[in-house]
Amino acid sequence: MPTFEVEGKKYDVDEDGFLQEPDLWTEDVAKDFAKSESIDALTDGHWKVINYIRNYYLQFGIAPMVRKVCKETGYKLSEIYQLFPSGPAKGACKLAGLPKPTGCV
Amino acid sequence: MADADEGVKPANGKPETKLLDELEKGPWPSFVTEIKSAQGVTGGAEDLLGQLELSYEDKVSHWKHGGLVGVLGYGGGVIGRYSDVGEQFPKVAHFHTLRVNQPAGWFYTSEALRTISDIWERHGSGLTNMHGSTGDMILLGTTTDHLEATFQELTHAGFDLGGSGSAVRTPSCCVGMARCEWACFDAMKLCYDLTMAYQDELHRPALPYKFKIKCSACPNDCVAAIARADLSVIGTWKDDIRIDQAEVANYATAGVDIQKDICANCPTRCMDWNGKELNIKNRDCVRCMHCINAMPKALRPGVEKGAVILIGAKAPILQGALLSSVLIPFVAADELLDTLKELIQRIWDFWDEYGTNRERIGELIQRVGLAAFLDGIGLDPAPEMVSAPRDNPYIYYQPAKEDEA
Repeated sequence: MPTFEVEGKKYDVDEDGFLQEPDLWTEDVAKDFAKSESIDALTDGHWKVINYIRNYYLQFGIAPMVRKVCKETGYKLSEIYQLFPSGPAKGACKLAGLPKPTGCV
Repeated sequence: MADADEGVKPANGKPETKLLDELEKGPWPSFVTEIKSAQGVTGGAEDLLGQLELSYEDKVSHWKHGGLVGVLGYGGGVIGRYSDVGEQFPKVAHFHTLRVNQPAGWFYTSEALRTISDIWERHGSGLTNMHGSTGDMILLGTTTDHLEATFQELTHAGFDLGGSGSAVRTPSCCVGMARCEWACFDAMKLCYDLTMAYQDELHRPALPYKFKIKCSACPNDCVAAIARADLSVIGTWKDDIRIDQAEVANYATAGVDIQKDICANCPTRCMDWNGKELNIKNRDCVRCMHCINAMPKALRPGVEKGAVILIGAKAPILQGALLSSVLIPFVAADELLDTLKELIQRIWDFWDEYGTNRERIGELIQRVGLAAFLDGIGLDPAPEMVSAPRDNPYIYYQPAKEDEA
């Protein structure tokens, strides 16, 4: 199983770098993973998206659809891509500790 | 799953392909032959054949389900592929696919193709699929750390990635006016204009599911838009088929049995031949193109040209296959782009509102009914939307009643 290492911490991840055990997520995970998604520092904007996706996942067990993320956070899709250059599925969901989305985001 | 002692990879590096070799027999082209011809280039071909042979032995795919990789700024265009027998076949352990937006009508210079091939041998397996059923150029097999570099070199060479996932897929079209005398509108230009208009929707997936647009410039429908595109634009004409009676007579003299081979093959029997003159009842013509294809010198589409817009085709994934059905029976050629943009926006608004996750537009229309869909996008029903009204015993006609009232 691949691991992702940062500052001495080790995370078990899948080939694409998604956390293997979504339950082990803490805010530190998001901070530690940020660099790997080309994000220098997490701003309030990032947290708004991460927390929305995280809470949606805890409630429904899946990642929200992209248009729902935009609607609920008030960000346009282009703004989401500015926050998370690799996109809502690969970037935001990874930082929110979700298992790899298979479908929509 | 993987049997190490199967002996699929002998010492000379070339895999044994007993089962795959069967696919080289017969007169037709074989993808096995093609992949074999790429052996010795990057090593990707050898391991790909090895893994596929193993798949045929095990009767199971050795690609893992899914993969999520991409380039910065884009949410699509790269499809992640991982092997579950990567230790045995290291060159295909990570084997991502890139979709590259093809030029409209698939016209390349030799130089462009060499550039692509060079980039791909530097950064990938060197294997390509020209072209995939999506219409894109498909570059097969690379690893995550090569994605950004490949993307950069491709964009410098003037190429861009295509669509994947729940996005507008790369629009595609037939060769249109560049090569074909039957073209009723400029499919290549329309395809290009649509591609440019929907760059955002193409690269950053935000729809309930995939949305494919394909344009065929005449009813021969060379890109099979009616069977594959959620939105099919197919060229047609409004007036009469143009006839050159002297040329019809020439065909007859040259041995064509006009009555048997042309008239009798017309699906609506809308024409007859009296030995001197071909008469067409254009009212009954369904634009099947048979007569025009059979006698290209004598018959031509009319002069009032444009396209019919159809909606809803899809291959069977979640539900069965659907063909597109007519949405707008005729749009004049010069109004096509504006009409499509307006129409697409209305369709997406409706789909966004009522479509469920991974529901194609055709499935949504089936679920809510055509009437509700038309109402939702603000279009009036038209008789052309029904392909064969009297075939369905559950539709009850009562034309007289309305007259009485």
